[in-house]
Amino acid sequence: MRGSRTALFTAMAIVAGQYAMAQSGASVFPAKLEAGSAFSAVFPGTGKATLYIVGPEGAVKRDVELGASTIFPIGSLYNAGHYLAFLAGGSANTTYEFDVVPASKPAELSFLARPSRLPVDMPGGITGALYVFDAYHNLITRQIPVHFELSGPSGEKQIHDESTRDGAAWTAMNSSPHQGVDKFSAEAGRVSSVRVIRQFPGDPCGLKMSASPSGDMLQLVTEPVRDCNGNAVPDGTVVTFTETYDGAESTVDVPLKRGIAQVEMPSHSGAMISVASGVVLGNQIRWER
Amino acid sequence: MWRVFAVGCALTLGGLAYASAQPEVRVEPLNLAGTRNLQQQTASAAVRDYLESWQALTAAFAQNRAALLDRDFVGIARQRLGNTMQQQSELGLRTQYRDLGHDIRVVFYSPEGLSLELEDYVEYDIQLFDHGSSKGLQHMKAKYVVVMTPAETRWRIRVFQAEAQ
Repeated sequence: MRGSRTALFTAMAIVAGQYAMAQSGASVFPAKLEAGSAFSAVFPGTGKATLYIVGPEGAVKRDVELGASTIFPIGSLYNAGHYLAFLAGGSANTTYEFDVVPASKPAELSFLARPSRLPVDMPGGITGALYVFDAYHNLITRQIPVHFELSGPSGEKQIHDESTRDGAAWTAMNSSPHQGVDKFSAEAGRVSSVRVIRQFPGDPCGLKMSASPSGDMLQLVTEPVRDCNGNAVPDGTVVTFTETYDGAESTVDVPLKRGIAQVEMPSHSGAMISVASGVVLGNQIRWER
Repeated sequence: MWRVFAVGCALTLGGLAYASAQPEVRVEPLNLAGTRNLQQQTASAAVRDYLESWQALTAAFAQNRAALLDRDFVGIARQRLGNTMQQQSELGLRTQYRDLGHDIRVVFYSPEGLSLELEDYVEYDIQLFDHGSSKGLQHMKAKYVVVMTPAETRWRIRVFQAEAQ
């Protein structure tokens, strides 16, 4: 209520001032106005004329009374841009150039966070790019502080405070050491936008198996497979067992089940057995019966 | 198609034909915000597509035919230009743009490579017609801020916004 009263008085003061200048013969047209705001213009001369306002961002045509204040209500021009006003008719044809600039308050964020899934503990692995818009979808090109925050599954936070440049800001964050869901947020003004980033365990680390006889066969079992940060590597990850004996090699791929991989292979005394997962090598065992 | 003046290590627009009646185009060296390295080929393609979008804009405004924008503009930029053409049609207006020159610099390439921002100091003439009668011609200079995003085969304009130089 108080704000609208202030705005009304301000508008009245602008109109009164412009009216006084028009009476003194000066031409008044705002060189710059905020998107969506009310404004008025006084065009010198007497009689009637037609005012055209054109630009890629909008087109307006109005009959105006020269020498009197022409009022444009709130929302008349809300697309930011560089406009041209032609005044045709009356004593002379005149042109004016003016700008509609974005509103000062951010109202909408375009926040793109990538990737949506990544392994834990990746330095700079998460990036976010942000564009800041006003309520009329105009890109706010003046510098605005932006607060980026990445909250990990166990509550740890990374905070980067940046500023927009030409309406855009960006940041890069590390993925946290723990698997789970991260919340990646960007805030400008009082507007925020949140994205979810899923972090999955990295490659197995310290892959280790043990061997034991099982009848005529050899039972091979890994210890629970974890990444270097202690996160359990997901079931389904393939573990490869390789047995080399007497110049021959046999290989078995086994998916992790309940965190471990196990298999039975022929038992040959003197065989070399190794375990691997992807490019990660585990321990080797020389089997002696 | 364009007369291009490349500055320093500026981008080149390979494959374009140049003619003196067309706008002068100057492309400034890269001064990028963002982590991602912008390859010259990518930048050249974006600038080429941006300049072509001005041709589409000129043709579309000359006829108030918003459909001519569909190849080059998307999202809010497409919607705004289309709305302006609709307003012009309803008022019996037509605007003829003559593209005279561009001074372009790439200012932001987002880290994931899905958006690119240009600044362009543009010179153009605009002529206004009301029911076919010319109401005036004005030489204009404006700084355009343009955000482009990659589509299947070309970069398309998502934000197209002018401000005072």
